[in-house]
Amino acid sequence: MLTKRIIPCFDVDNGRVVKGISFVELRDAGDPVELAALYDRGGADELVFLDITASSDNRTSVYDMIARTADQVFIPLTVGGGIRTTQDMRTMLEVGADKVSVNTAAIERPELISEGAYRFGSQCIVTAVDAKRVPNTSPDAPQWEVFVHGGRTPTGRDAIEWAREAVQRGSGELLVTSMDSDGHQRGYDLQLLRAIADAVDVPVIASGGAGTADHLYDALTEGAADAVLAASIFHFGTYTIASIKDELASRGIPIRPPRPASDS
Amino acid sequence: MVHWDLATTFEVVCKKGSGVPDVVIVDYGAGNLRSVARAVASTGVDAEVTANPAAIESARALIVPGVGAAADTMANLNAGGLVDPIREYIASGRPFLGVCMGMQALFDLSEEGGEHQCLGVLGGRIVRFPQGLTVPHMGWNTVRLANPHPVFEGVPADSYFYFVHSYHARPVDPAVIVGETEYEGVTFPSVVGRGNLLATQFHPEKSGTDGLRLYANFLRLALEQGSIAPATATA
Repeated sequence: MLTKRIIPCFDVDNGRVVKGISFVELRDAGDPVELAALYDRGGADELVFLDITASSDNRTSVYDMIARTADQVFIPLTVGGGIRTTQDMRTMLEVGADKVSVNTAAIERPELISEGAYRFGSQCIVTAVDAKRVPNTSPDAPQWEVFVHGGRTPTGRDAIEWAREAVQRGSGELLVTSMDSDGHQRGYDLQLLRAIADAVDVPVIASGGAGTADHLYDALTEGAADAVLAASIFHFGTYTIASIKDELASRGIPIRPPRPASDS
Repeated sequence: MVHWDLATTFEVVCKKGSGVPDVVIVDYGAGNLRSVARAVASTGVDAEVTANPAAIESARALIVPGVGAAADTMANLNAGGLVDPIREYIASGRPFLGVCMGMQALFDLSEEGGEHQCLGVLGGRIVRFPQGLTVPHMGWNTVRLANPHPVFEGVPADSYFYFVHSYHARPVDPAVIVGETEYEGVTFPSVVGRGNLLATQFHPEKSGTDGLRLYANFLRLALEQGSIAPATATA
């Protein structure tokens, strides 16, 4: 049976992990490679790197980081942030990413998705949808607007419509982040997840709001997500990947069990 | 980090100084080429990543990666003059490993985006998952082996491997099905093989420790014994 994926996410800036990470077993908590290897040993199903490097002309550090990670970690790696052209995609895939995630550039020029899917295959083109509830819409029939530039800029686009278009254009997976929930650790926006999962036939990754194992459980059941992405709960040590997986498995979610410690 | 105790053995077997590569990974622009090369490198084996047909002719172990669309894959193999060398290599009975599109390309034809002729090494076609299922089939799923296979030695039963695909094989001869996987009620061949040929629908290079073990087993058997086939098949 296909299992639900648990995906830790790293924010990286100039090749360094920037969200506060405090693991005693790490020599360098800012080193994405060491952290990636730790999460891999713990049973992470994939890893997502979000490159928030402010200046787009300094991409070398992230390329080097992905290459070094791919040398040591043999699970799928997705990289997002600053992917603006198919050449950016090519470079990222060549250095070792398995998937690239597009967001702002795809809203500005949706052909980027089709071109990427045509050249590299749908399976490696993830569209990140950053969505925010439209104020004053009914809680029974909410609407969401797509935001870009890290959630700062409204686009006027309806999130469900955009999700549909991204898939029609060839995206093989959607990374859906609720801007309302992100950072609050009070749970994913389950209505948003459900609405998008019902609208498309590709896998949906839930993002934004994970604070407890319950939240992940809800996203995978009520939210109908295929995968859950989380950052703080893992980085701050609230949960290990293994403890989350054990808890989800005990509640009947199909999960790839973490490997016994002796095998790592 | 992975350290294979087999690495020392491999060094002796592989580096004869002949200048001729023993292990060849076929480079036809496949998206997962680097990942496959990295996985092979992690086992301690030197492999040549090449588009040179002559290297295929002299190889003792051949790996064909692949990801993406069938039409592209076949177009690139054709453009590179690689179709006949790969067919001849397989016909010679030397150890072969195909991965994902490198597995699908072995069959007669693929229905992905029309009908596309493939290598025709195995009888059958590549068909899409039924409508209504979430595709791609993406993520970690288990493989049930019909019989033990030497390349899976040391891999626990019900181990998980990483899949990403929207089409799957439908072989003419069920005897080529080495392992099966179930997705949303559809059971499909996730490992196929015949004699010294083995191919997986999943990506062992992205399947953590168990995936790397498949590469290590394949390379060890290929280089030390010249055979990866189950005992019954070689008899």
